[in-house]
Amino acid sequence: MSTEVQLLNVQIDGVWLQFPKGTKVIDACQQAGKFIPRYCYHPKLSVPGNCRMCLIEMGMPKMTPDRKPVLGPDGKPEIGWIPRPQISCAQDVAEGMGVRTDSPMVKECRQGVMEFLLINHPLDCPICDQAGECRLQEFSVEYGNAESRFLERKVKKPKNVELGPRVTLDAERCVLCSRCIRFMKEVAHDDVLGFVDRGGFSTIACHPEKTLESNYSLNTVDICPVGALTSTDFRFKMRVWFLKETKSIDVNDGLGCNILIGSREGHIYRITPRENNDVNGNWIPDSHRLNFKYLQDGTRLLHPSVGSQQTTWPEAIAAAHSQLKTAGKLAMVVSARLTNEELYLAKRLASALNITLHDILPRVGEPDGILIPADRNPNTAGARLLGTTTETPGAHLKDILTGVRNGTITGILSLGEDLLECGFTHDDLAKLKTLVATSILPNATTAAAHVVLPGAAFAEKRGSIININGRLQRLNKALEPAGQCRDDWEILGDLLSAAGQSHALHSIEDVFRSMSQDVPAFEGLNLGKIGDLGLQLLTKPEAAKPLATA
Amino acid sequence: MAYTVRRPNLTFWEKLYLPNIVAGLAITFNHLKKMLKGETHVVMQYPEEKWDAHLPEYYRGAPTLVTDEHGRERCVSCQLCEFICPPRAIKITPGSLPSDSQFAKVEKAPEAFDIDMSRCIYCGLCEEVCPEQAIYLRKDYAVTGESRADMVHHKDKLYELGGTMPGLVHKWNPDK
Repeated sequence: MSTEVQLLNVQIDGVWLQFPKGTKVIDACQQAGKFIPRYCYHPKLSVPGNCRMCLIEMGMPKMTPDRKPVLGPDGKPEIGWIPRPQISCAQDVAEGMGVRTDSPMVKECRQGVMEFLLINHPLDCPICDQAGECRLQEFSVEYGNAESRFLERKVKKPKNVELGPRVTLDAERCVLCSRCIRFMKEVAHDDVLGFVDRGGFSTIACHPEKTLESNYSLNTVDICPVGALTSTDFRFKMRVWFLKETKSIDVNDGLGCNILIGSREGHIYRITPRENNDVNGNWIPDSHRLNFKYLQDGTRLLHPSVGSQQTTWPEAIAAAHSQLKTAGKLAMVVSARLTNEELYLAKRLASALNITLHDILPRVGEPDGILIPADRNPNTAGARLLGTTTETPGAHLKDILTGVRNGTITGILSLGEDLLECGFTHDDLAKLKTLVATSILPNATTAAAHVVLPGAAFAEKRGSIININGRLQRLNKALEPAGQCRDDWEILGDLLSAAGQSHALHSIEDVFRSMSQDVPAFEGLNLGKIGDLGLQLLTKPEAAKPLATA
Repeated sequence: MAYTVRRPNLTFWEKLYLPNIVAGLAITFNHLKKMLKGETHVVMQYPEEKWDAHLPEYYRGAPTLVTDEHGRERCVSCQLCEFICPPRAIKITPGSLPSDSQFAKVEKAPEAFDIDMSRCIYCGLCEEVCPEQAIYLRKDYAVTGESRADMVHHKDKLYELGGTMPGLVHKWNPDK
């Protein structure tokens, strides 16, 4: 830090504390352990101050005529309390400021605001997807009145409105906090939402000629403090209190957004973003969060097979090994979607089988300027660090293809990639003497493969990946692998044993330990030390070297 | 830790236990007398004869689902009963009502509602927790089946047992 941040003395509920200049009163109170209820305030968005829920009693130090604070008997400034409540979200802390968060006036204010907010609120809780994580429910219990005094007819507003392909609006439940409007304007840069009408009839609406179809639209559902915006995909699927939330990492691009996987009894119902200010903030693209259906739509490879015949794991491993041993010259195509542990074992397997030609398939797309980077592989940096690829990923794929076409390469071990995507044709695949493939979903490669070994998907395994900024992050297991699928590190470990390499890898921790002994970058680390928010492993330029276009 | 139970100190007549035998026989003879006079039955001929008429209002039999006087299924599949159920006997698959349904305002209804009667402990928590007055413990207690699958009451069976219950809170009134 080049400049020292000025610390200001603030009295919160009678206790003097220090906060850096620029802290909002609402945040200062939260840091002091006094949570202030709020609907419209969100730390990542601008401050409109329109819900009035965060009212507090505030005071400034009394001043003598020569502008010196009047000191009380305890040597601290005496505070002159302002007789009206203030909103704490739109107020920065100031020297000598006093705040009361639980005085009778504050309690009465909160009760009043809650009563107004609930005047037109429908009794929808039993059918509302937000129930269980609804701020209106929570604050009503904590700060509201138990009974309504409202005898008039409630205002009717549109219900079950499709705002866009993925978001459903129930205007009656809306508390007009404008978080969604501000998010679409300030973060998604697609200013399609706004308020229409006035007073009690005021509602959220979409621009008449547009729809809420931004790839970030579902984040409005996350930040909606009530059940007004709900996810059309998750609508009525499961009540949130049943969901087991597993902290994990998104694997759809090189950034690796932090996520929570909401699952119940081995079924994923939704994926929501998890706050990590060093990676994705509070957001995640819709395309990424909805990309889990393939795990449970019945298309998965569920059994190991040899020559398209289902078989058992020991037989499949033995068959894979004998095929690889007799194949002649081998090459290996590795997916950069694998975890570091799997890539490390893949590299060990490559040297055990004398495979010198191996590479990953680079996936490059158009960056969206918000979160999605050009690199669509989650672990390119890991593949580079562990030596399964070179400085320019994908450079060897051409050599492998040429080798297959001119007959110098007769066998391929494909770990989680479809060779058709790597430029191979069906004829090339048919030419191979040996093709052993691990995969999650069936594809042309698994159809042509002589041995197919089904692996576990991202939600079914633990492991670590390195994102484009060099941050080491951790995948956690939310579900058991489907069918007879196995963790890829187990498959690779078994192939390694079959190749005559004895090892003592009995758990993912063992693999990581072994990796940390062999690769200096991982020295002294283990999966536990990575933590929920990950840690910076490589410097940014090291991790983000340019990709060859596919 | 083991501890010694103190035996009660019995009196002489208690140690003799003859008076108690006489008292017990007196009860037996009283019953015999009543039976000979036709004042009482020996035994109830279950299942031809049942206690059903004597069941109190608060009796907790099998849980059932009810419809209201308009024929609407009251359950909106909020899954609170599934959550509260101590033996986890209830399994609900939520679904939505079609937009052309006359009850479209409710939006949500159970697609499937299964109560595993071999798990149910008749505690009545589902009835207590229901925010829609949709589930009631009625007076059916003789739930039988030849397999585990037979013991699961599906939605049809639950509505058949529950029937219609008029006069409950009418909160989904379209005017409200």
